[in-house]
Amino acid sequence: MRIEVVNLHQRFQEVVALDDLSLTIEGHKINGLLGRNGSGKSTLLNIMAGFRKPTSGEVLIDGNPVFENGRVTERIALIREAGDTVESSEKVEEALRYAAYLRPHWNDDRARQLLEKFEVSSAAKIDSLSRGRRSALGIALGLAARADLTILDETYLGLDAPSRYLFYEELLQDYLDHPRTFIISSHLVEEVARILEQMVIIDRGRILFHGDTERFVSQGVAITGNAADVDRLVVGMPVIGERQLGRTRSAMIYGSVDEEFRQRAVSAGLEVGSLGVQDLFVYLTQSGGGGAQDEASK
Amino acid sequence: MFDDQQPIYRQIANQIRQDILSGQLEEEEQVMSTNQYAAFYRINPATVQKAFQQLVDEGMLYKKRGIGMFVSSGSRARLREERRASFFHQELEPVLTEARLLGISTAELLDYISDAHGKETSS
Repeated sequence: MRIEVVNLHQRFQEVVALDDLSLTIEGHKINGLLGRNGSGKSTLLNIMAGFRKPTSGEVLIDGNPVFENGRVTERIALIREAGDTVESSEKVEEALRYAAYLRPHWNDDRARQLLEKFEVSSAAKIDSLSRGRRSALGIALGLAARADLTILDETYLGLDAPSRYLFYEELLQDYLDHPRTFIISSHLVEEVARILEQMVIIDRGRILFHGDTERFVSQGVAITGNAADVDRLVVGMPVIGERQLGRTRSAMIYGSVDEEFRQRAVSAGLEVGSLGVQDLFVYLTQSGGGGAQDEASK
Repeated sequence: MFDDQQPIYRQIANQIRQDILSGQLEEEEQVMSTNQYAAFYRINPATVQKAFQQLVDEGMLYKKRGIGMFVSSGSRARLREERRASFFHQELEPVLTEARLLGISTAELLDYISDAHGKETSS
């Protein structure tokens, strides 16, 4: 499956939610869409799934426009919260029945197995479920749909840590058993990163990074040591954050550093460490991505 | 299970090297599949694939089409050789630096080594 997002622009009155955003996602991969609240994640996903017509630009799936195109949208399962497929006054059972009718590749056993694992009763009314159980219902509906493109928009809300790990595990298992395209949106970057093959990071409606997760992680470097030495070393590099403790300074750099740079740092008595995916994400989206680059534009 | 300082695929590759070195993985033995690794460590299979690829490039593993990955013959001896070559510089040097910092004398070090290391290798 090939998803092409072409010059997408979305405006809500005065607010620009998506700012000329272009992106191509290919192959059977688990993709992460990461960004802060209000960065434009949900708007982008709604347009991708054909739920909304953008102000301008378009989304193509295997070359076909997604908006008002039933043959394309039946291949897509977008899950927001509990999947909003039926009235929330209905029972969970009803949501399963509706999904079975709606989804060409629906796997009812898998749905019931997931509900059991997350301890959601199929006899319960949807609006009586806690936030976490509603998310769990969404996860069950999303995975059991076995759609060519499964989009899970923050379906972990209200889940506690053990349930979120269950979610990651079940998602991964489903992908291993039935490889297909996933897009998972989240701002819990650290938790979700290791199951993602590719990451798209957006901020203020624009792409800050798109590429391999490993590549993103390797681009966050912290250089720590004597403040003056650190400053001398990082001159001209994209510094996305700094911290100081007495005479010691840490400079966070966004970009890959080569062996020669490492050697210079070490011989100046400085420590070069990885920033870690969470810190890198936080610094990058705080600063608005000063030195950002993306693979899609290469 | 993994630390932040190294890409996960490298940590997996290191783990496999370690298993070959210790005999946990025998030469000509089949290695668990990408999917088994992914499910066990709860990571994306592409990450495991990358670790395997690195080991294949190094000649530690080889692929039997349609069956899976196997440990190459001779990889244990090769790993031993490589590790021995870098042992003094990479493993011992930092210890000596620390000893210098703490004012531990060569005699003290030698005493300890002949005691601890001697005991292990002679038993």
